[in-house]
Amino acid sequence: MSGKVVLEGRNLTKHFTAARGPRGRLGRRPPVRAVEEVSLSLRAGSVTALVGESGCGKSTVARLLAQVYPTTSGDVLLHGEAVRAHRGAAFRDYRRQVQLIFQDPFASLNPFHRVRYHLARPLRIHGHVRSAAEETEQVAELLERVSLTPTDQFMDKMPHELSGGQRQRVAIARALAVQPVALIADEPVSMLDVSIRLGVLRLLEKLADESGLALLYITHDIASARYFAEEIMVMYAGRLIERGASEELTQSPKHPYTQLLLESAPDPDRVAPPGSTRRGEPPSLIDPPSGCRFHPRCPVAMPVCSEKTPPRTQLGDGRWTECWQYEK
Amino acid sequence: MNVLEIRGLSVDYLSAGGTVHAVDDVSLDLRRGEILGLAGESGSGKSTLAHAIGRLLRPPAMITAGSVVYHRKDEQVDVLKLAPKALRAFRWKELAVVFQSAMNSLNPVMAVGAQIDDVLRIHEPDMSRKARGERVVELLRRVGISADRRKSYPHELSGGMRQRAAIAIALALNPEVIVMDEPTTALDVVVQRDILHEIRTLKDEYGFAVIFITHDLSLLMEISDRIAIMYAGRVVETGTAKELHRSPRHPYTLGLLRSFPKLRGPREDLLGIPGTPPDLRDLPPGCAFHPRCQSAFDDCGRVSPRLLPGPHGEVACLLNENTGVEVQA
Ligand SMILES: Nc1ncnc2c1ncn2[C@@H]1O[C@H](COP(=O)(O)OP(=O)(O)OP(=O)(O)O)[C@@H](O)[C@H]1O
Ligand SMILES: Nc1ncnc2c1ncn2[C@@H]1O[C@H](COP(=O)(O)OP(=O)(O)OP(=O)(O)O)[C@@H](O)[C@H]1O
Ligand SMILES: [Mg+2]
Ligand SMILES: [Mg+2]
Repeated sequence: MSGKVVLEGRNLTKHFTAARGPRGRLGRRPPVRAVEEVSLSLRAGSVTALVGESGCGKSTVARLLAQVYPTTSGDVLLHGEAVRAHRGAAFRDYRRQVQLIFQDPFASLNPFHRVRYHLARPLRIHGHVRSAAEETEQVAELLERVSLTPTDQFMDKMPHELSGGQRQRVAIARALAVQPVALIADEPVSMLDVSIRLGVLRLLEKLADESGLALLYITHDIASARYFAEEIMVMYAGRLIERGASEELTQSPKHPYTQLLLESAPDPDRVAPPGSTRRGEPPSLIDPPSGCRFHPRCPVAMPVCSEKTPPRTQLGDGRWTECWQYEK
Repeated sequence: MNVLEIRGLSVDYLSAGGTVHAVDDVSLDLRRGEILGLAGESGSGKSTLAHAIGRLLRPPAMITAGSVVYHRKDEQVDVLKLAPKALRAFRWKELAVVFQSAMNSLNPVMAVGAQIDDVLRIHEPDMSRKARGERVVELLRRVGISADRRKSYPHELSGGMRQRAAIAIALALNPEVIVMDEPTTALDVVVQRDILHEIRTLKDEYGFAVIFITHDLSLLMEISDRIAIMYAGRVVETGTAKELHRSPRHPYTLGLLRSFPKLRGPREDLLGIPGTPPDLRDLPPGCAFHPRCQSAFDDCGRVSPRLLPGPHGEVACLLNENTGVEVQA
């Protein structure tokens, strides 16, 4: 393992309870158990990938780490100290150190402001510029880094004048403007074609290498996680189910869900695509499956799998999985 | 047989700093019952093209040339000339668009199930309430959302769940043509595959055609019948997925294929495509790709290549114009 732990989540749990009807007149709806007991640590200079099924709770973990909303239980620790900073000065101070890139680039930019404003504001607030000339120069440099060139053209564009991938890059540049110590990037490159994606990921990798940035890379592109992350964590229906160094995990996945995920990845070199048969219904998080949450869709499920949650089996070198198959 | 024919379509954005030529003289055919993949760099004009086909462009966008012809049973309709009333009917029942911003195109104050129900109620007035309820659950199941979530509001759903709800709405009325603009960017591969499988099944059942836009060429190669590659507002190559994979002929397509991180086998160095996309207000002379092209020669900076049919598919590259079979369109 490389650098020091910068940001850590301990037993993060989030249950969403929502009122039914206006002002909760009809009582409460059953809670959505989005995240259960998730622990992870982000290290300086290292990229950690979080992958998993759509709706399994990745963005919720991201928002908990970024203090967008409080945990139901569990703690977020920055430099080893528990933080609760959801408002005011404490929150602003936290934001200076921990930045979040939101998943949806169509919702994350203020539609009434130009690109220049989005990038200049954090530079100014966090005291990284002293003069107007310096500001323009740094905004241009940020745009250059995310390949939005010619920079003078993009500086004066409004969000609606940008394509999806261009917005995503503005959001990345905005997070970089702050020079945070930890960056939580929720699907930051999902709308970028491979060649630009490569450039942006290399940029993030370089920042981790050179400035010791700790990066959580949430993605569904597991092949890019293999190339750019040191370790990969796999999540299923609110729980972490496997962790390992990215090369080992992608080349010999242990958990049946991870195996399914890897088998399903598109691969132009493969002769025939894997048979597409849906295995069972998507898991409900209101009434999650008992025992191992994957058991209704698992090809190798045993009786115990529906009865008890599998414990964590350590497989050496920080590699572990939670699956009854490996519990001897 | 073609269901949609795009001919010489050009779209400009009029902006203060100059005119952006987002779509430039694009011609494409969509055959009945096929999946046509459209790939290309960020900002190359894919969404603009999708909006133009659905007549969804707003100022400052302007269609400066071309036509989009839709073939109904034995009738041809120029989509670009439809009157407002005919256009509304066309948009839902014959052509549906899933937007790239689908994640936040849902109505925020209405539960997702109710939104699908609404579309059915307006466009299929004969359907009973009970039948609609069943159809809502079925559509949600097809896109992999468990039925107990139909009362959830958009902000209570994950990014991918919202994308899937938007797909369910587009499928609701069995249109003839569905344009999907990056519909699966937020979906993991397992869910993606399930949905694409559903779309294929539905497509075979109802015979609709799909234009599937994404930058994910490896995904496109697997699901599309044919693929068109766009660069700087123009189509630069078309062909079947197999042909493009085995023998890409445009250097840009080759570059795209070489930038893929591979999941299996040894870790190879990724090459990528050097340079940055061009300024669409002021394209380089000749072939717009030539400043980034490793095979460029003198003429590439002077002569603008035409999209010409070859032994398979079409390509717009001088390398092929000199050696390939030149057929006058
Ligand atoms: N505010 C909320 N109220 C109720 N449920 C919520 C809320 N936010 C998220 N959820 C639910 O929590 C679960 C996890 O959502 P989350 O957004 O974390 O998933 P995700 O892994 O990021 O998925 P995706 O890959 O599709 O973005 C989902 O079932 C979602 O519907
Ligand atoms: N309203 C507008 N005014 C000026 N330029 C615009 C406007 N809307 C889009 N553009 C420009 O037109 C070009 C094409 O945009 P479009 O959204 O069609 O790209 P795209 O291929 O869909 O890209 P992406 O893959 O990133 O979504 C982009 O360079 C964009 O900046
Ligand atoms: Mg998410
Ligand atoms: Mg687009």
